[in-house]
Amino acid sequence: MIQEIQRNLTEGRLDPESYVEAYYVRIERREAKVRAFITLRPMEEVIEEVKRSVERLRSGRHGRLEGILIAVKDNISTMGIRTTCGSKMLETYVPPFDATVIERIRREGGIIVGKTNMDEFAMGSTTETSYFGPTRNPWDLSRTPGGSSGGSGAALAAHFAELALGSDTGGSIRSPAAYNAVLGLKPSYGTVSRYGLIAYANSLEQIGPMARNANDLEVLYSVIAGPDERDATTVSAVLEKKEVRLNGLRLGVLDDMMEVSEKPVKSVVNDVLNKLSSEGSELKEVKLGYLDYALPAYYIIAMSEASSNLARYDGVRYGYSSGEEGLWTDVYSINRGAGFGWEVKRRIMLGSFMLSAGYYEMYYIKALKIRRLIYDNIASILKSVDLILSPTMPILPPKIGDVINDPIRLFAMDVNTVVANLAGVPAISVPAGFHNGLPVGLQAIGPYLSDYSLISFARELEKITGYRDLTAPE
Amino acid sequence: MAKIGLEVHVHITSLKTKLFCSCPSHYAGKEPNSVVCPVCLGLPGAIPVPNKKAIEEAIKVSLALNMQISDKVVFVRKHYFYPDMAKNYQISQYDGPGTTPVAKNGFIKLRNGKTIRIRRINIEEDPAKIVYPTGSLLTSKYVWVDYNRSGIGMLEIVTEPDIEDPKEAREFLEKLRSILEHLGTCDCTIEGSMRVDVNVSVPGGERVEVKNIGSIKGVEEALKYEIARQEALISQGLPVKRETRHWDDVRKVTLPSRYKEEETDYRYFPDPDLPPTTITENWIKSIASSLPELPDARIRRFMVQYGLSEYDATVLVMDKGLADFYEDVLKIYYKPKEVANLLINDYLRWINEMNIRPSESKAKPEYIASLLKMMEEGVITIKIVKEILSDVVKGSDPRKLVEERGLTALRDQEFLMEVIKQVFAQEPDAVEKARRDPKVVNYLVGQVMRRTGKRADPYLVNQLVRKMLEG
Ligand SMILES: [Zn+2]
Repeated sequence: MIQEIQRNLTEGRLDPESYVEAYYVRIERREAKVRAFITLRPMEEVIEEVKRSVERLRSGRHGRLEGILIAVKDNISTMGIRTTCGSKMLETYVPPFDATVIERIRREGGIIVGKTNMDEFAMGSTTETSYFGPTRNPWDLSRTPGGSSGGSGAALAAHFAELALGSDTGGSIRSPAAYNAVLGLKPSYGTVSRYGLIAYANSLEQIGPMARNANDLEVLYSVIAGPDERDATTVSAVLEKKEVRLNGLRLGVLDDMMEVSEKPVKSVVNDVLNKLSSEGSELKEVKLGYLDYALPAYYIIAMSEASSNLARYDGVRYGYSSGEEGLWTDVYSINRGAGFGWEVKRRIMLGSFMLSAGYYEMYYIKALKIRRLIYDNIASILKSVDLILSPTMPILPPKIGDVINDPIRLFAMDVNTVVANLAGVPAISVPAGFHNGLPVGLQAIGPYLSDYSLISFARELEKITGYRDLTAPE
Repeated sequence: MAKIGLEVHVHITSLKTKLFCSCPSHYAGKEPNSVVCPVCLGLPGAIPVPNKKAIEEAIKVSLALNMQISDKVVFVRKHYFYPDMAKNYQISQYDGPGTTPVAKNGFIKLRNGKTIRIRRINIEEDPAKIVYPTGSLLTSKYVWVDYNRSGIGMLEIVTEPDIEDPKEAREFLEKLRSILEHLGTCDCTIEGSMRVDVNVSVPGGERVEVKNIGSIKGVEEALKYEIARQEALISQGLPVKRETRHWDDVRKVTLPSRYKEEETDYRYFPDPDLPPTTITENWIKSIASSLPELPDARIRRFMVQYGLSEYDATVLVMDKGLADFYEDVLKIYYKPKEVANLLINDYLRWINEMNIRPSESKAKPEYIASLLKMMEEGVITIKIVKEILSDVVKGSDPRKLVEERGLTALRDQEFLMEVIKQVFAQEPDAVEKARRDPKVVNYLVGQVMRRTGKRADPYLVNQLVRKMLEG
């Protein structure tokens, strides 16, 4: 509720100390169990920044995020604040530069409250592969908050921050958004700069906004989006804000994704679909096809790129060093062997294998072809409907430890989300409802560059569900 | 006959910034690790952005080398771990599925008409520089790494194994260098701006790679050494095994690499941070239309315009700095043949002796013009010209030198007659003979020249001696 906070700060109904203390009191009470943060900034520093924001707010010359507390996923570089990527490898790494999105947030007066927990190098869907231990879901502490941006999702559900940044390679924003009953947008590829995002799979991932309501989500997205000369994959297209109306909106419901989802999820989503229908939206069943191939294609591309991206971590210039001396080859092996966790090593190994001579064509090149087919299918579906709907996650938030040791089940969690990353199109997760107190998210996929339409759709949905600014009860 | 292929790596020195970041690309004399940023240090989260000017330079070179230019520029990652690699992969180009080098299938023609085919040109980034604290790999316990060089834009130019002997390799490289310098792509006088890997085999042996040779002379020497070594092995019935060696420029030998080179799988794949850049026909056309005069055309022009022999024109043009200097001298002193002779025969000798490139000479075109003018006017002799040329190369004004050292030719007839009389008195036999045999006249003239420290104007002495003989 950016506007409300800024108004209260400007008009003096809220003083900087008690404003910030309210967040830190909640953190104090719940963080020991939730563990959303890897690094939390000292409250005093944050209060000082808020005081300066208040001055600007009162002067009338202020940024769009002035005074707002933002939790940032720990794979987004923040100058002077350590950025660990959830890994022992970068446990003590402090970037000497800000990611472009951080620069833009700071320029608009946003205040970073801390760096949030995540799966190591974003490799996971439950925030359990973090070197710093798992984050727990504030809605049910025995369950995971989803991942890999689980810390950001949990921080919003526990109201440790007003906004959050996540990154989404195959669902890493939408999964924690769904499991924490908040909103998360995976932007159109190229609309948000990746400069400063510690790469997992460059061609798939985007930094994206997470928020407790659609208006806030829109403000954060409008701040971070836009071309960046430091990232050649950003696009110069200007995105226009567009309002959608539920009445007459043509919605395609992905049959194959509904099918793979478990019953409670399906029934919550069906309830929302019925509400949409009674608002005048035209629902229609659509089929994506190739869903069986989407996951393998996604993992081949992600792991291949990851094996390359993670080559630079040798512990010599920065990051974890064993302190061993000897031949450089041995030192590299020791540092990498001890600095990376198991899931990361597994993906580096598989990725290296799939890029090696003789296998490259069998795996990587083939995966790119499937990627193309999926894009084509999405594009053709979007000719007859405005948005494509599905459950964000096929299952309810799993219990901690439940899927982490079963890669097949772990990977299968991403089946509904990876499609948008493969196709480069935007996708949003919006709270759809609850099953036995566990959040369920609805995913909407739109045409390339329709990000603001998705946010507008979320805003309309909010009106009929009433699910906005939800905080998990203690 | 040997089979030789070359891999030439040249820095694109015309670029103001590195290949993928905005760091300055000129780092000579800079503190180690002072010309760096997150991108060329390979820090987490840093993203490369291609330097468009580098692509343009590659297109220029491709046009000059008669290459087929690709319709897109695709950068790939070449993976291998090494301490000079910021990311443990190098951003380069590759001829493989979905990827292509910027240009393929070109050639350079040698003087004798022979064609050396060029397989491909890659645009790639230079790794960092490894510095051995003791100066030697063998005795250093650790190394320093200087990232100032990391990310510098390079072209890799790879030939087919069409070269047959070290001399040809040298000629090829000199011509390539001249082309690059005429294009303005590479100022090859900059230390480390051209490095060559050679592949060489002799009949009956395997192919040996000699890596990282820093000069054209070094390539010729390394090839001579390597061919002799391989031929000696074969004549003793020993095998020449496939291996990688290094050139030791001090001891003038090739040495086996310290580490066993395994067959490396570089796991090439297109860099997902760098979307392909399209090369349009129009782009190529506009670059082609602004290409400068290239060496072959310049040689032909020198022959036609200045009446030089093909050999002289080639020697001048094979070094752009020398050819430019030549034309600058002509602007002040238009005697094309005389200037060419002095530059090719005497000037170049000093340049070579000082182990510099002509463009590094401190001589100004006016100096060469003055020298020749003074000689033409009989102010100095050819001997003095040759004598002071080395100081002129080092930057001294010849007019001042002649003045300060009193090197003007002796033209004082009275004094010269005195000397001639002395010579005639001491060489009566020669004088006798000279009256009958004109060849002996030169001997007498020589004696006079010797007694004057060769400072006498030889034409005048000649005239006076003849007069004395007749009189
Ligand atoms: Zn740089």
